[in-house]
Amino acid sequence: MQNVTPVTIAELKTACQAAKAEGCRLVTLSCAELDAETVDIIYHFDKDLSLKHYRLTAKKCEPVPSISDIYFAALLVENEIQDLFGLSFSGLVVDYKQTLYLEAEVRKTPFCKYSVAIANKA
Amino acid sequence: MARTIIPFGPQHPVLPEPLHLKLVLEDEIVQEALPAVGYVHRGLEKLTEIRDFNQMVQIVERVCGICSMIHAQCYCQGLEEMLGITAPPRARYLRTIWSELHRMHSHLLWLGLFADGMGFESQFMQCWKIRERIMDVNEATTGNRVIVSVNVVGGVRRDLNDGQLRWIGSILDQVEAELKALKKPLIDDYTVKKRTVGKGVLTAEQVYELGAAGPTLRASGVAQDMRMTRYAAFDELVFTPVVETEGDCHARLKVRYRELLASIDIVRAAMRALPEGELAVAVKDKPAGEIVTRVEQPRGELLYYLKASGKKNLDRVRIRTPTFANIPPLLAMLPGVELADVPVVVLSIDPCISCTER
Repeated sequence: MQNVTPVTIAELKTACQAAKAEGCRLVTLSCAELDAETVDIIYHFDKDLSLKHYRLTAKKCEPVPSISDIYFAALLVENEIQDLFGLSFSGLVVDYKQTLYLEAEVRKTPFCKYSVAIANKA
Repeated sequence: MARTIIPFGPQHPVLPEPLHLKLVLEDEIVQEALPAVGYVHRGLEKLTEIRDFNQMVQIVERVCGICSMIHAQCYCQGLEEMLGITAPPRARYLRTIWSELHRMHSHLLWLGLFADGMGFESQFMQCWKIRERIMDVNEATTGNRVIVSVNVVGGVRRDLNDGQLRWIGSILDQVEAELKALKKPLIDDYTVKKRTVGKGVLTAEQVYELGAAGPTLRASGVAQDMRMTRYAAFDELVFTPVVETEGDCHARLKVRYRELLASIDIVRAAMRALPEGELAVAVKDKPAGEIVTRVEQPRGELLYYLKASGKKNLDRVRIRTPTFANIPPLLAMLPGVELADVPVVVLSIDPCISCTER
């Protein structure tokens, strides 16, 4: 995968605002578990059919700032990551609170063994 | 004005699959819409933990029946790039032929459902009658009507002989003639225009910012189609995206109708230029690395993120389907729409919940 820029939680929103100002379209976010404590969230942007990616390596126990206020299109995928990986996004414009796919009583997340969001849900 | 909240779906006469929208109305006008999905979520991405990278071809084909071949094509294309191999030229052309046939039967299915959504029953039957010709081609050339299962990592596992190519050509001639006859009663019809023109309008800036994909994007004047990235045989075939500018339901109808005719031309060109040679290259290694690959599904841009570490199982398969991308634009289309027009506007993005709930 080419054109990947690492970003920190502190830099994320500024980087996304800059991408929007450049005229990039948010394609989606991909999340992958790295180990017991961390996940990679990759933000995929398109401009003129070329992709660029921001890689955020986040701790599962830390809330990730939502970019749905910058890109409304992030709304569903951030809620999906909350459901599937049990991460917590702060500032989501519409927060389904881990019930987009999962039922309210579910306490396990499909892709991560440890889940802060689900612990909060309990 | 009376403010009411009305549930639209998950079971609704115009929806073949479950999608729920909570519609906030003032009198008969939609003010706000909030979606609820997850009724049929299958968690297919999770299966990569127990199925090896070759078996996952059959899994991703089952994400969606209507574009099964294109899911497998995208997945195989990504893995081939990760493995550093290239599918043989004949395989790339055959993938293009079958994927465009998939686009055609998907668009014809949608045209029928869209007509049905407006109460245009005879047109619904006419579209699905034409679609059957494409399904016959799928069945005769692959053994299956829907899940054609022609892709493998490294190429394809079925070929087309000269007799089949001539027969497909004759079917395309029939389909083209029937489609051209459809233009007046479907695209130019007074009642169809009354139901679609000026409904669910989004500007080019709005669709782009909301992350729309496929005909929903192109109907608002954005000339973006993943086939322009020259995957499969598109590096050698002439391709121009179909674009309309009005951004309403009628424009989305016109884009899909014109894409049907464009797909016929692409299949013909691919059959004429079909190179001789092998169908697949051998895969000797196990994949390692990280890749993002994209193709154009009937509903728009399909993205696969694949991650592997040299084992027989991939570490992660992430699928972003076009309907998933088109839900935020749908939420922006609905405010201001009359309740009676909601089914037409919802159908205009060609929602595939099977893809969304992969």
